Parts: sequence; C-alpha cells; structure tokens
Amino acid sequence: MLLIYCPYCEEERSELEFRGAGDAHIARPDNIADITDEEFEEYFFLRQNPKGLIFERWRHIHGCGRFFNAARDTVSDRFYTTYKAGEPKPDVAAILNGERDKGAAR
Amino acid sequence: MSGTNRIAGAGRLTPARTARFTFDGRTLTALEGDTVASALLANGIHLVGRSFKYHRPRGILSAGAEEPNALLDVSRDAARRQPNVRATVQEVFDGMKVESQNRWPSLAFDVGGFNDLLSPFFAAGFYYKTFMWPKAAWHAIYEPFIRRAAGLGVAPTEADPDHYASRYAHCDVLVIGAGVAGLSAALAAAKAGAKVILCDEQPDVGGALRYERGTTIDGKDGWDWAQATARTLAAMDNVTVLTRTTGFGYYNHNFVGLVERVTDHLPALDKALPRERLWQVRAKKVILANGSIERHMVFANNDRPGIMLASAGRTYLNHYGVAVGSKVGVYTAHDSAYEAAFDLKRAGVAVPAIVDCRDNPGEAVLAEARRLGIEVLTGHSVVNAGGKLRVSSISVARNGGGSARKIAVDALLVSSGWTPSVHLFSQSRGKVKFDAQTQRFLPGTYLQDCLSIGACNGTDDLQATIDEALAAGELTARAAGAEGGTQVTLHGDNAYGWTGGMIGAAEGAGPDTSVKAFIDFQHDVCAKDIRLAVREGMQSIEHIKRFTTNGMASDQGKLSNMHGLAIAAEALGKDIPQVGLTTFRQPYTPVTFGAIVNHSRGNLFDPARKTPVHAWEEAQGAAFEDVGNWKRAWFYPKAGEGMHEAVARECKTVREVAGLFDASTLGKIEVVGPDAAQFLNLMYTNAWDTLKPGRCRYGIMLRDDGFVYDDGVVGRLAEDRFHVTTTTGGAPRVMNHMEDYLQTEFPHLKVWLTSTTEQWAVIAVQGPKAREIIAPLVEGIDLTNEAFPHMSVAEGKICGVPTRLFRMSFTGELGFEVNVPADYGQAVWEAIWERAEPMGACAYGTETMHVLRAEKGYIIVGQDTDGTLTADDAALSWAVSKKKTDFVGIRGLKRPDLVKEGRKQLVGLLTKDPTVVLEEGAQIVAHPNQPKPMTMLGHVTSSYWSENCGRSIALAVVAGGRARLGQTLYVPMADRTIAVEVSDMVFFDKEGGRLHG
Repeated sequence: MLLIYCPYCEEERSELEFRGAGDAHIARPDNIADITDEEFEEYFFLRQNPKGLIFERWRHIHGCGRFFNAARDTVSDRFYTTYKAGEPKPDVAAILNGERDKGAAR
Repeated sequence: MSGTNRIAGAGRLTPARTARFTFDGRTLTALEGDTVASALLANGIHLVGRSFKYHRPRGILSAGAEEPNALLDVSRDAARRQPNVRATVQEVFDGMKVESQNRWPSLAFDVGGFNDLLSPFFAAGFYYKTFMWPKAAWHAIYEPFIRRAAGLGVAPTEADPDHYASRYAHCDVLVIGAGVAGLSAALAAAKAGAKVILCDEQPDVGGALRYERGTTIDGKDGWDWAQATARTLAAMDNVTVLTRTTGFGYYNHNFVGLVERVTDHLPALDKALPRERLWQVRAKKVILANGSIERHMVFANNDRPGIMLASAGRTYLNHYGVAVGSKVGVYTAHDSAYEAAFDLKRAGVAVPAIVDCRDNPGEAVLAEARRLGIEVLTGHSVVNAGGKLRVSSISVARNGGGSARKIAVDALLVSSGWTPSVHLFSQSRGKVKFDAQTQRFLPGTYLQDCLSIGACNGTDDLQATIDEALAAGELTARAAGAEGGTQVTLHGDNAYGWTGGMIGAAEGAGPDTSVKAFIDFQHDVCAKDIRLAVREGMQSIEHIKRFTTNGMASDQGKLSNMHGLAIAAEALGKDIPQVGLTTFRQPYTPVTFGAIVNHSRGNLFDPARKTPVHAWEEAQGAAFEDVGNWKRAWFYPKAGEGMHEAVARECKTVREVAGLFDASTLGKIEVVGPDAAQFLNLMYTNAWDTLKPGRCRYGIMLRDDGFVYDDGVVGRLAEDRFHVTTTTGGAPRVMNHMEDYLQTEFPHLKVWLTSTTEQWAVIAVQGPKAREIIAPLVEGIDLTNEAFPHMSVAEGKICGVPTRLFRMSFTGELGFEVNVPADYGQAVWEAIWERAEPMGACAYGTETMHVLRAEKGYIIVGQDTDGTLTADDAALSWAVSKKKTDFVGIRGLKRPDLVKEGRKQLVGLLTKDPTVVLEEGAQIVAHPNQPKPMTMLGHVTSSYWSENCGRSIALAVVAGGRARLGQTLYVPMADRTIAVEVSDMVFFDKEGGRLHG
C-alpha cells in the first residue's frame, strides 16, 4: 500500500485515503467544441503509459477532498514529489538528477 | 513414553508434559512443543501422505515452513478442520485429530498409486496434449476425472466459527526473522533507541540454532543466548517481539503483512482470543533476516518416505529429541550434513555411511567423521533408493560409473546446500543477482528501504553475520531517527565452517527419461520433466515453470526452484543468470482466508445504509432490495399477496388515489456560489442560467466522451443556490465528477459543492390525491397549480419543520417530493401517512416506482442506458442545449460514431401476446429463422407487467429503433421465440395531462 504526501494536508497518508485520477497536465481545451476529431482523440483517449516517470492526478477523497498532482516512478512506485493542482509541472531533468544525487550520497 | 524413537536426554522438550492426538484414527502420544511431524516421527511414522499426481507414498522432508510433502488435514472439532496443513509447522495440542490426504482406501494401500505405473503417460505438459480430443470430452470426462484424482485436501464445508483480529502498527525498524542475525539486529536497533518489531514464524526465536549444536554467543550456548536475548528485547518498552508470526508479504513503501497464529497450538480454546491476528506494519526501515533453506539431492526415487533434509534430521534430534531412524545414511554435497551424522552418531544412532558426491569435502568435518568411525564415501553418489512405504536401502556408486553397492538404511539425510531466502527481498521488488562462485542468488539492487542480513544475504560465517546484523540494526535505527542509546557487541563461535553445495541433478538422476528424480515434490516434477520442457522448445524459465508446473504448488518451489533452474540451464546450454529466475510473489507461505477477510464478514462485510423511514417500512412488513449499499423498500405485501399482486395493487392505487414512496436515497448535492448557474451550465447539457428561482428542470449529465453519465431534477432555490439530485447509485461518482471539473478545469468559478444525500429525507407523494393529502400539513407554500405548477420548488414548513417542497413526478401523476431534515423524516412520513391511508392511498416500493416510470417512458440511467448511449440514443436530445458553446460532452457527442445512422436507440416494445412479459437483457433480432449466430439488433432494458395498461410493457435499445416504429421484431428465448412490436416509449397517459392535475 502506497504512502502518499497530500500537498494540501501537508501529511503522508495511506493509499486507502486516496483515489487515483489518471494522467496529469492534460488540459481540457478552452475551445473544445471546435477542435478536430484528431485533437479530441489526443486530448481524451491517448495516453503514454510510460515505464518510469509519470505525472498523475490523485484525489485525497477520504481526507481533504482535493485533487493534486504527483510525479511517480511506475516501476518502483516511488513518489518523487506531489504538488497542488494548477502548479506548474516540475522539471523532469531536475527530478531525475535530484534522485541521482540522493542515490550517490547514500 | 511419547514415542519409541524419542532419545532420552536429547532435545529441549519436557518428557513429562504429554499430549494425545490421533493420526488416521490411531491414538498417539506427543510432547508439548512437538510439531505434528516430530510427534509422528517420534512414533516411528514416516509415511504421511500420497503425492499430488502419481500418488507416491510420501514422508516428512523438512522441519519447517518449506515442507512440500507432509500436508495433513488437522481438526479440533467438526467446524475447525483445516486441510493441507504442513505437519512441520503445526504444533500438536491435546485432542487434535490428524488425517492423511489424497489416498483411498488407506494410506498404505492407495488405489491412486496406479497413476505411478501410468506415469509414462503423465509427463510434463500431458494435459495440454492428451486431452485435446474429442473437444466435448473435456468437460464431460477429462476435467471431472482429473479434478477428482488430483488435488490434495478437501475444503471444509462448515462456516469458520473462529474470529480473526487485525492491527495496524508503525515502527522505526521491522526485523523479520529471529535467528542470530535478526536477534542481533533487533538488539542493536532497540539499544539505539528505535521502536522495533521483531517477528519469527517459529514458536521460539533462534532460527538455525534450533538444530545447531556447538554454537556459542558471548560464551553462552547459542539457543540459550537466543531465548535470553528475546526476553531482554520483550522487556524493553520500545520493542515488540512476535513469535508464531510470519512476515508473509512485502508490499509498497515498506508496508509489510504479518500473520500471527494465536490459538492454533492451544489445547483449550479461549473464545476471547482471535485465531489469528493480521498485522499491517508500516516500517521506516525493514531488516530482512530470513535465513536460508536447505535443498535436497536430486536422484532416483529421492521421494521415498524416510528421506529428509539433513537439517531436518538435526532439528528432530536436537530440538525434539527424536531420532528419525536407527540406521541413518547421509547423502550430501555440503559440509553441513556431516554435522547431522555427528549428532546422530553421538546420540547412539547408527550411521552406515556419509555419501558425498564431492571429491574434496571440508577437512575439519572429514577428520571428525573419521574420528567418530563413520564411513565417508567421497566422489560417490546415491543412484537409487529402495523401499516402498519407507526407504530401506540406498545404492551407492562411484561417480562416473561402476557397480553400485547397496547399503541398508531406514532413513537418509540429504543436503545439496543452502538457498538464501530472498523471497521477501524479491517481493519488495529488489533485483537479485547471481553469485557464480557460490552458485546462488543474492540480494542485488534494492528498491525499497530495507537491508538483508545473515544467511539470506549470503553471509555464512557466524561472527560475520553478527557483525553485519549489529551494524544493520544500528544503521537503520539512526536512519529512522533514533538518537542516543548504547552500542552492542557480541562474539560468536561455532564448531565448523561449511563449504560446498550443488544445484541441479546429481549423478543418480541419470540422463534417463524414465528415472523419477524429484525436484518439486508437491507437484511431482522430476528432473526429466524439465529436460522434456526444454526439448519441447521452452526457453524461458517462466515457460518451463508453467509447462512443468515446477514451483507452482503451495510451497512455491522453496526447494525446487534452484534445482529446476540449474537443470534447465544445463539442458539449454546456458548460464543460470541467462535462464533467469521466476519472480517471488506474496504470500511467502499460505495465509488463511480468515486472516485476510478478518472482521469483514457477515454484517460487517459491507455497510448497510438505511433511510430515515426504514424502521417504519420494516414495521409495515416491506420487502427490501439492495441498491448499492442502500436497503430500499421493494414492495409492501399485504396478507396473502406475493410480489406480483402487491406491485399490481400498488401501481393501481397510485394512479387511482395516491401513494407514498421513500425517495431518501436519491443523491443530493447543494451547489452554491455566485457562479453556480455557470458551473451547472458546464456540467449538464441543459441551460441553467435561464431557470428562475423556484423552478426545477430535468438535467442530463454527460462525460466528455459524450455518453450519458447521470440524470436528475435540479431545483433553483435562489440566484446562487441549486438543489441537485442524482441517481441513487450515481451520487458519489457524480460528486467526484463535479469536484474534478470544479477543482481542476474550472477553478476560476466561485462555487461550493456539498453532498447532502443523508441530510434530507425525501417523501414522494404521488397520485391524483397528492395535493389533498399534504395540503393541510404545509405552511407558507401556495400549492395551487397556478402558484406552484409542475416543476416548482419552494421552501416552507410541513408539520412545523422546515421543508424544501418539490412539485415533480417520476410517475406521471400529480406529485410532490417532500424534503425534510433527515431526523424529521419518519415523523413527517407518519403524519402524511396518517392522512393518506384513510383516503385509500398506499405506500409503494421501488418495484412499483420502476413500473410506473416505465409506463411513462422515463428512463433509469444505468438500467436503460449502459455508458454507451448518447442523449439522442436515449431520446433525450430535447434536453441538450443547442445554444451553449461549452458543456462537458459537447465535443464528444459530435464524434463520427456518435452521430452515425443506425445507432441503438431506446424505444418501447409491445409483445404481440400482451400477457407475455419479456426478460430483461433478452436479445432482439429481425428474423427469427436466420442461421446462428444471429444478427442481434439490441436488447430489452426494462420489462414489466403493467396493471394500469392491462398488459406487459418493455423498453429496449434497438439499432435504428426510432425508424422501426410499428415493425415486428423477435426475441428468441431458449424455449420459444417471442414476437414484439416496436412502439414509442410512453405507454400510459400519452398526452401527459395527469402531471398537471
């Protein structure tokens, strides 16, 4: 069972309190009524399902109720960071470098 | 005497404390602390079961959790019976009943043993080939036969009378395994001030010290040191010591499952105690001190009862005081087995020979064997084992050929070396690496915050293990934040250093394809089966495993995996790491369903939600149905009525007089804020800014893919306040859906959402007399048609309590929905009922509600729609705004497939024979005589007998349905074909005048 840091509650809580909500940083187009079929397919259906770093959404549904974003490694299930909805996507290189530094220090 | 094979003065049990149990009806005496295995061996019993596939006689192979053979049916009483219990783990208690399994008519004479003779036909993968033809025979003959012949124990039929407990625990350092390594690490961590949990699967701590002799730690006998250390630890406030507790599963983020067996060893049951306790531990650091498991030797007929692991032989002697035979041979590739011979010899047991397949065993053990006068045959192998129900002899030959010499034995101790237990490490998703020099997999790359120490980490030397463990204990304690405390040092000595080990088939397994040299005892997999799998083209160990079922029994290949891998590698001509290792999965050993299910059984399996009117409904004798977690009144049968009669009466009464319906389960969401109307414009297909306060509207909610997600009536109470209702089942997900869009897509809107489902009791009063019933009870709301027409909402009082009164209808009749705070629900219901009943009105349940709404063609989202219907498919396009530039689903519903001709559309169906009621879910076709498989046009979504229409009615989705009005279609059933006519969806009061009554 995962241990997830809620950026609103500022606490690490058990996965039981959360619900996953799919990929993060997929903005619903402002002009959604006018986009092409291909654009809609891209927005609504297509996902990368990466092996490794993923940015994803979680909701602290049995806690504060807020949606937030997380950077997680899909192989190790390690959370690199969690951050509030609306905050910019963290720099991937910085995340991975940070991990490398931590690894080297151990 | 507790068994003829008990050696006076040997072992750690107390001779005076006996316990009686039965084995296959025979009463035997054991000592307290015995396992079933040690007690049987003490009584000279080796034969305990029949094997899975060949029904070969099998004995006790090990003295621990890895046991593949000695699986028995153990019972305390009729209800407390458990099959497939490992005799080597289960402790004996007075009054225990033990039965052998998988044999008929008796253990010694088993008809199934015939399979052994047929074994040439039962080679690996035979299921996949033999039973291919004829196809129909699989279900009729092959599968039932195989299922009866194979398998081990029989599942109990009675409900489990025991209860199980569950506990969450948090600690700095969790140490799994309480041998020398685990105890030392726990001591170091605890003395450094960390909060420690130490667990071990055995009844006592000590690990390998259970069988060891000659080990001293800090000058004390090893076993005594272990017990004293456990007492020291248990007395510390910051330490929890759990014995009989298996760390069975290592999950994400250092979440570890432990199962503690609390009562299975007790002669008298204490009802207050749970049978088992599940510990769900979240540890900052985990120390894995899981030890290692000895492997058997792979040679012809190595499964004869009486052949067992050398460490098991030592355990039975040194811990339980039991000699496993009177002439005990040893066959080994590792020094450790010599010590078994020494211990037995010193205890007065004859040891005819130590057969060592190596040319150069360790010098120290060789010298000691000579000193004790034990014949050692180096460079020799056991090429066969004689005896049927018990080993009687071994045939020994010099490696590379030559004539075999027969040696009489009544037990044979075997060892091919030790496999580090990397199970939990692997479960933590760490990657193992192969150590070519010692031919074993060891922890390689760590993924979680854990450390392996001692034998499971490949550390063999005692002092090295202690030093590694102390360092790990202190390191993890510090890393977890422990400060201060004292440092621990320990000094250990043991008799011999060990060398040696081999994996794969020994010479005695032969290249022959008929020799049964077992690698997996529980699944009857032999060395030849692995070779066969490779010949059949299997390359990956994952394929070989599945083809042969090696390692797939409940012991999960604790003994067999390495042998299987080595034989496969040899046959493939590859190195072991290239062939790979299969992944270890949770649980390490079998865990009872009871421990996992725990309290979640019976009434606690799932919560039941009851409405505020539930007690009244119960008192009226309502039948209930489950709708999600809700208990809803289904119908109210009067004396002598079945469901059909009750529903027919309720349906009639509502339309002729009136009815009361408990609609409290409807989902309710309060949407408040200056941008509330704008938000609802985005969430629903309808326009909400045009809705005036005091009015309601039926709304359709889509997902962004354009499909119908939910529906409900929304009332506007004020400019900035809406009372939204959802379907009963949809309430939580609609709330989540709204929150999702509000928080992440439309965060600029000033809107607040509150679930109020359980805050309002909802009493629907429907029917021509609805107004007359409630009018005298209502204050402050003018109920006339002019002031309060259909689809109105107002706040006022009813029976003196606040109400939100809706004029709305899900029946097609004049109707009101009275919302009152939940606590007043039953009182207001009773007050309304007091007026309604004398007028001839009834209470009605969900079944009547369904029929009445179907008579009017009102859909139920989730029954008439299934997540693939658009608003237009459901004949609801009138509710989709053409003017709005955005709402959730606006783009999705324009997708090419969603606007295509010929989509399935919701229509009505009328059976040609009005008395026939269709089955919901039945398929619809155009031509009943077309060849199978027929082209199916759609299916029936709702179907009822309508008392008001005097006939059956149905709703259905049909391809191009609205273009088929008046057409005859067919519903093929198993026994007949039913002709139906496509109709519109309104069956009663097509003009809709009754709504406005």
